[in-house]
Amino acid sequence: MKPPCYEYVAPDTLAGALRVRAECEDSVVLAGGQSLVPTLNFRLANPDTVIDLRRVAELATIDTRDGMIRVGAMTRQRTLERNEAAFARNPLIRETMEYIAHPVIRNRGTVGGSVAHADPASELPCLLTLLDGELTARSSAGERTISAAEFFEFVFTTALEPEELLVEVAFPVLEPGEGWAFREFARRHGDFAVAGAGATLLLDDAGRIARARLAACGVATTPVRLRAAEDALRGAEPGPEAFRAAGELARDAVTTVDDTAASADYRRHLLGGLVNDVLTRAAARAGGPR
Amino acid sequence: MTGNHSTDHLNAEPVDGDTRYGAEDRIAISLTVNGEKVEAAVSPRLLLSDFLRGDLGLTGTHVGCEHGVCGACTVHLDGVPARSCLTMAVQVDGMEVRTVEGLAEPDGTLHPVQRAFRECHGLQCGFCTPGFLMAVTHLVENEELAETDDGLRAQLAGNLCRCTGYMGIVAATRQAAAEIASKG
Repeated sequence: MKPPCYEYVAPDTLAGALRVRAECEDSVVLAGGQSLVPTLNFRLANPDTVIDLRRVAELATIDTRDGMIRVGAMTRQRTLERNEAAFARNPLIRETMEYIAHPVIRNRGTVGGSVAHADPASELPCLLTLLDGELTARSSAGERTISAAEFFEFVFTTALEPEELLVEVAFPVLEPGEGWAFREFARRHGDFAVAGAGATLLLDDAGRIARARLAACGVATTPVRLRAAEDALRGAEPGPEAFRAAGELARDAVTTVDDTAASADYRRHLLGGLVNDVLTRAAARAGGPR
Repeated sequence: MTGNHSTDHLNAEPVDGDTRYGAEDRIAISLTVNGEKVEAAVSPRLLLSDFLRGDLGLTGTHVGCEHGVCGACTVHLDGVPARSCLTMAVQVDGMEVRTVEGLAEPDGTLHPVQRAFRECHGLQCGFCTPGFLMAVTHLVENEELAETDDGLRAQLAGNLCRCTGYMGIVAATRQAAAEIASKG
């Protein structure tokens, strides 16, 4: 089908965009369009106003100072994925982004667009949940920072207010020696994930697990941290036994019901295997006893 | 509704940051398509794919799924492949667009990728072919091809073909890459 009728605005500046956002009760933001335009084409979205951010150049930035990788919301996904400074500080970003649809989609898709869209199966929200990332929202009234844990509220639903714009997405860097991995399973390459999981693993001087972080996508109404598995891993010897046990504990995080992609039972099985797998990969990349 | 309501398509103005445009309004865009300068007046809800096909008559760009999955509508925007069905015409104002019609030389000499698709049986019905040609052209000219066929199929996974089983497309991609590499 074709997009519905809407009012269209393409502000020159962020201030202009915020003004329109404040004036409109029912506006949507056109960033890269890779999620919004399909929903317009299918008439799943029928907004009064579309605010096109393509002319707001100040939102396409990557700043890697001070222990955070701060990414302007209009930064194209492919740009962040290929940014060497970001990769050097947090290689998990690239590994995770390679699962986002296809390169041609990532050429246009933006970091902020994917995060604000908040598909529970998508990769960047999962990565931010895993890393305790931060989201910066701005309105005409001011700016606020929202933790990833508070930002993702439900399917396609975030803590953003109707008058707010997501302007920046901040990914914490990894600790020296911290291991990392992301994997997901989809029926076809580039499809939405049936389930996906990410892990970071930090070892102590004795080679035991000082900190494990685990998160999953595709298994609930939001991305989820796998706290029970994380807690069980603290202080444990890294290895197949601990990782299999963590996978077992992770299965309870699946709260989706059976759908056309997979049954809930299958997703539980899948998530257990993915968690075991990302922990194994993260351990292989983690610095040994120091 | 506020702002201008130009319905005179010939007198459409370039986009203004403070104006809210309705679906009946027309916005003047200026772009390059296959090397030629194009001036047009477009509705803000017109997809680039429909602009290319309907307004410019460039029907080589095919529209399959209209939600970014099939890849048949792939074109290059400023040298980078993108889905024309997931892009509004108004968004490419000021950009360089290249479509499948822009691959061959003006005298009809096929692009190495086009020739390789013909020689390697990289198409049957041809519906997906324009999208594949645009995606593969960018791949062989700008990226490193995977050594394994599994890896190459992953690189081609953004485009769907329901006829060939991809064998010919993989072979065509390798042949075109080899030819382009040999020319340096």
